[in-house]
Amino acid sequence: MIQSHPDILRIIEEARGDGWVLEAGAKQIFSLAGFAVPRFAVAKSAEEARRFAGEIGYPVVAKIVSPRILHKSDVGGVAVGIGNDGRLAEVFERFRSLDGFQGVLVEEMLSGIELILGAKIDMQFGPMILLGMGGTGVEIYQDVALRMAPLAEKDAPAMIEGLKAHRLLEGYRGAAPVDRGKLTETIRAFSALVMELEDRIESIDINPLLCSADRCVVADARIILRGYGTVSR
Amino acid sequence: MDLKPLFEPRTMAVFGVSSSNYRHPANEIFTKNLLRYPVKVYGVNPRGGTVNGQSIHRSIAEIPEPIDLAVIAVRADFVPDVLSECIRAKARSATVISGGFAEAGRRDLQERIVAIAQEASFPFVGPNCLGIYVPSHVDTFFLPGERMVKPTIGNVSFVSQSGGILVDHLIKFAGEGVGLAKAVSIGNKALLSELDLLDYLAQDPATRVIAFYIEGFGPNEGRAFVQNAGKCGKPVIVLKSGKSAGGSRAVSSHTASLAGDYASFSAALSQYGIVEAANELEMISFCESLSAYAKPTRGRVGIVTVSGGHGAMAIDACTAHGIAVPELPEDVRDALRKNLSPSVRDIASLANPIDLTGSGIDDDFVATAETLFAMEQIDCVLALLLPYIPGITADLGAKLSSVATRCGKPLIAYVPHVEKYAMLIEGFELNGAPVSPSIEGAVLMVEALRRTRP
Repeated sequence: MIQSHPDILRIIEEARGDGWVLEAGAKQIFSLAGFAVPRFAVAKSAEEARRFAGEIGYPVVAKIVSPRILHKSDVGGVAVGIGNDGRLAEVFERFRSLDGFQGVLVEEMLSGIELILGAKIDMQFGPMILLGMGGTGVEIYQDVALRMAPLAEKDAPAMIEGLKAHRLLEGYRGAAPVDRGKLTETIRAFSALVMELEDRIESIDINPLLCSADRCVVADARIILRGYGTVSR
Repeated sequence: MDLKPLFEPRTMAVFGVSSSNYRHPANEIFTKNLLRYPVKVYGVNPRGGTVNGQSIHRSIAEIPEPIDLAVIAVRADFVPDVLSECIRAKARSATVISGGFAEAGRRDLQERIVAIAQEASFPFVGPNCLGIYVPSHVDTFFLPGERMVKPTIGNVSFVSQSGGILVDHLIKFAGEGVGLAKAVSIGNKALLSELDLLDYLAQDPATRVIAFYIEGFGPNEGRAFVQNAGKCGKPVIVLKSGKSAGGSRAVSSHTASLAGDYASFSAALSQYGIVEAANELEMISFCESLSAYAKPTRGRVGIVTVSGGHGAMAIDACTAHGIAVPELPEDVRDALRKNLSPSVRDIASLANPIDLTGSGIDDDFVATAETLFAMEQIDCVLALLLPYIPGITADLGAKLSSVATRCGKPLIAYVPHVEKYAMLIEGFELNGAPVSPSIEGAVLMVEALRRTRP
């Protein structure tokens, strides 16, 4: 996959200095690799942000772009449900004061169940794939399924069924069930991509992976590169 | 590398035997093999002298025949030279008992002996270990023979990073009637690691179950281990310690935090059908169960007892493990009721668990077991026996196991383990049915059959 997309490696090499691939770069990588991502753009000015929001239509999501902020929510660097130009300008001003500000990522607002799809290169077992209930509470719920990559045919369905909350995915209490086929395919494609990037990465979080009745979208992602801990920041 | 000389040596040289210090570990190893094992044993020490009336050779070159297994119990600094000497003399394998390597900050010394061995494709176990014990064949443990508690000869092989944990498990094997094929303490596992022993034991005809005590794998070794274990065709059981180690390390992503060292370890094991034992009770129960029945089942269990309380406790344990306890269909119940003794027929509870009540007799157990084994929805039978009930005889173990053998499904029993009930317990065990001293342990035996996937 990455052979046919040299841009994937270019984005990774360009991120070496930071030690990790920021959201916009990570989403470009996933998009190149065939994953669904929201429509987004990185705005350097409030004017640019307004213009892009106008193109995709409100409401939008705005997120801080900073190589110094690994967990955006922790510093108030995510604003959802922005409904108009005035509100977007306010958010832009607020983000400008955050550490390492480089711009604001503006994207379409999607809904769905928040999952986490992640990878980690384990010292003893090599690449591992993780699926779990996502969002900001992942480490509190700890509802995850973990497998050694590459995943076998039966692994992705077993991981989904292995989640305590898997009934939420099946249309719990009248909600529409998530598209199981798309979710399974996303997990498998992710495993394949991880096997190709194994030597370059330390871990990946897709969180959330937004899943609904008709799609599974990489709504946020970060790729921590191998040697992240040794990069001076 | 050929590991056979480690386990089936015909000749053995013990380095470090002393003519003056009789408590030297090498002397213990030399003496026990000389007196109790069929292996031909020679003592080696450059100072010469005698031990137990046998003359000590000054070097391995002086020994008149080729050596299959060299047991090295000399000071760490001397080990590289001794190892080179063994290789020159065309010895075929070694066990390095000596400590004082990586565990004591001497990684350099450890790397030297590995380099020496690798260059000559010379297999050695250790250093810093007890080495190898094969019942009735060879024993490199430096523990006085009379202090060891030895299990019967059987089909479970146990590989341990810790010598102490290994010897403790042998004691428990002996207590629970689990038979041993081979025991290996691999210590610092400088050259031969879990993976090498897994591959060897997978081919070993005497081994049916392979058990490991593991603190951690080397880089990427876990991956090869689970892959090989998953396709080796024998049940593999792992008891892991150091589960919380590394928890304080700073992690940069949610995934790295959620998929910590132990979470990854545990997930990789279960993905490949390796049975992870959470603690010693599980380890012993799993070994006992899988040594009797290696074939995986869905673990749907039929429970028969004479006590409502025992049935209730067993149900709780089964539920906690997710083990199914299917109800008996109406027609099956009616047919069974007709086969029970008159005093039991009207008062027995024939749901599952089946409670034959305190009036139950041997024949009622046999009739119930036959009914349960015949059911397609039942994979194995759990018999919770209270030997103090007047209708139960000491013959019941043999009677029930013969039903199980005839029906070709696993039978697992609970009997309190005291001397008084030994004949009942032996009736099961000598006929191939495992017996646990606790209800929880018996349910764990069922769990093992469900989790293994050889």
